[in-house]
Amino acid sequence: MTTAIINVSLKAGVLDSQGKAVHHALDSLHFEGVEDVRVGKQIVIKLDTDDKTAAMNEVEKMCEEILANTVIEDYKIELI
Amino acid sequence: MKVTILQFPGTNCEYDTQHAFEKLGATTEIVWHKAESLPEDTNLLVVAGGFSYGDYLRSGAIAKFSPVMKAVTEYANNGGKVLGICNGFQVLTEAGLLPGALKRNDGLHFISKHHTLKVENNDNIFLEKLNKGDIINIPIAHHDGNYFIDQEGLKELYANNQVLLTYSDESGDVKNPNGSVDSIAGVCNKNKNVFGLMPHPERAMESILGSDDGVKMLEGFLAS
Repeated sequence: MTTAIINVSLKAGVLDSQGKAVHHALDSLHFEGVEDVRVGKQIVIKLDTDDKTAAMNEVEKMCEEILANTVIEDYKIELI
Repeated sequence: MKVTILQFPGTNCEYDTQHAFEKLGATTEIVWHKAESLPEDTNLLVVAGGFSYGDYLRSGAIAKFSPVMKAVTEYANNGGKVLGICNGFQVLTEAGLLPGALKRNDGLHFISKHHTLKVENNDNIFLEKLNKGDIINIPIAHHDGNYFIDQEGLKELYANNQVLLTYSDESGDVKNPNGSVDSIAGVCNKNKNVFGLMPHPERAMESILGSDDGVKMLEGFLAS
């Protein structure tokens, strides 16, 4: 079995309002040295294969078709 | 004139939309998303507002794979007139029938109030009953209404007069409630047969309820 961990977040250059709000909150709590905050979402998918190449191809297709909106979002896939 | 209105699980503006078009003299039919074809006599297809699939994953992201969407894409590609209101706009951008995407409002709040809009272009069937520069009062009710398009796409929108409406104040100056690029509230496709907007014209049909400016917008479809 292969587990795919997919992180979807807004592209660099697309304003992340939630990240900005969290950044603001961290500042209010006096956490110093926070340069930037981005908020994304994580999707975990279990696949019934041990073939990592095949799994990667399949998950990439999923990301392009539905899991991310590539107009505004980037995705990163990690297989374990 | 036959108006077909799509209904997904979570759609909640289909009956308001039906009421609005029937008030204008159209016949209407509400079509469930499992349908694989559209009524043959459809003159206008409306993707109504609401929260299709609970906005899971992203607004409109799951609705675009409903069985009926194949027929919608075919209908639009053959020149059929399509109007997406609010969640319908989100569905149409997700489906690739309109350019851009709708993000979470910059203020992170759900906004529900009347807002003034400025007519940017009227060389299309939707807004031809209005004049360029007209200010209209239409309710907005959304959480993900922050229109985004990259610079290249934006240039193209302007070059083809695809920006339909922008959020403004009562005198026509920019007033941006949600962070949309250039305060854009609605756009159309290049061929000017697919329209999308976040505001709800179907909720602005009676002056006693705050505004009847939606009448002039929806009438455009009936005249053509």
